[in-house]
Amino acid sequence: MTRILRILLVEPSPIITEGISCLLQKSNLFEVCSTLSDADTLEERLTISKPDILLINPMLLPHTRPLVSLKVFRDFPKMAIVAIVYQYLEPALLHGFHGILDINESSNKISSILKAAYSSLEDKDDTEEYSLSSRETDVLIFIARGMTNKDIADELNISQHTVMSHRKNITKKTGIKSAAGLAVYTMLHNLI
Amino acid sequence: MKEKLFNEKTKLADLIAANYNLILMLPRFGLPLGFGDKKVKDICAEYKVPSDFFLMVCNVYTFDGYIPTDEEIVATDMSLLTPYLLASHQHYLRYKLPHIEQHLSRIADDAGERYGTALKSFFAEYKNDISQHFEYEEKIVFPYMTALQDKREHETYCISNFKKSHSNIEDKLDDLTKIIFKYLPGNILPEESIDLIFDIIQLLSDLTKHSAIEEKILVPYVTSLEREAL
Repeated sequence: MTRILRILLVEPSPIITEGISCLLQKSNLFEVCSTLSDADTLEERLTISKPDILLINPMLLPHTRPLVSLKVFRDFPKMAIVAIVYQYLEPALLHGFHGILDINESSNKISSILKAAYSSLEDKDDTEEYSLSSRETDVLIFIARGMTNKDIADELNISQHTVMSHRKNITKKTGIKSAAGLAVYTMLHNLI
Repeated sequence: MKEKLFNEKTKLADLIAANYNLILMLPRFGLPLGFGDKKVKDICAEYKVPSDFFLMVCNVYTFDGYIPTDEEIVATDMSLLTPYLLASHQHYLRYKLPHIEQHLSRIADDAGERYGTALKSFFAEYKNDISQHFEYEEKIVFPYMTALQDKREHETYCISNFKKSHSNIEDKLDDLTKIIFKYLPGNILPEESIDLIFDIIQLLSDLTKHSAIEEKILVPYVTSLEREAL
């Protein structure tokens, strides 16, 4: 992670806001790009500043609906959302957050909590969306060479069932079903 | 469903306005353009096309949810079934596929040798698959059906072997569109590749309907002939 992650901080208490901003300023990994004391104008602010991480006190969000169902968050799938927590909160309330920052945590932990929240998002993006894992790439290359599932299973020392499940994922990620099509894909990506 | 379907009293022009792709059916039935406001019934009579069969094809082609009943299949004049399917095959082999191949090969040349060769050989393989599939239908399935129709001796065969032989062919064509719009290098003119993609998508949808006609009309019809022959 080389670039500085931009944070939008939404917290009603000025002391907490000031404290967190101050601590984050010391690290060269984060930059608090904006702060809000309530969630009224959250959507506009998100649209304007497009932060990498939203650090927010969950008490400011509507409690009647789960976080994931809020449109404002669905619009920003690449943003990590981290809760600022003072005291015990219902687990249901924290469901959907990518990380939790307890203000009782020691100050040097803040950066690792935020980093972990952000990278959990990145991993998910990469593997679930489109890039092939190295194992899937191996299988893909064998498919492109015209090998059968059984040959591939023997070659890689895995079960045919596992080969099938790799094939399914490859098709899901590339959108290509036939072996001949996958062979072209392999070539276009310089894999063979 | 029933009330939505085209019937003998539908004007041919209205039928095509409802689904423009049906214009592809006309040459396969030997019906010319310029039919004015004639009804399906009249224009079919004029060109000696059984209107019940023509309508069944157009309805299957247009309404995905429509599956002719066994009674409808048995009651329909199927004399044009083989000629219709053969005409469709000819359209694909003689006209559509060469047209797409030419276009693809222009794009392949611009895409650089490595990509170009991969694309061309993919399409050549696809064309080979589809020709083999048509040949199988023309050499095995259609003669078998004709023998059953004429109550003649025939090779040992069963139409249930035929089902599900289509999916592979459509998968490959679908893959080709994905390869072109998702993975082709960016130096190709968008107009060129978009034209080609539309051509392929149109062929893909026509082929899907062609399979639907075989699965919803040909297979149940031959099954009914097999039952009769027992």
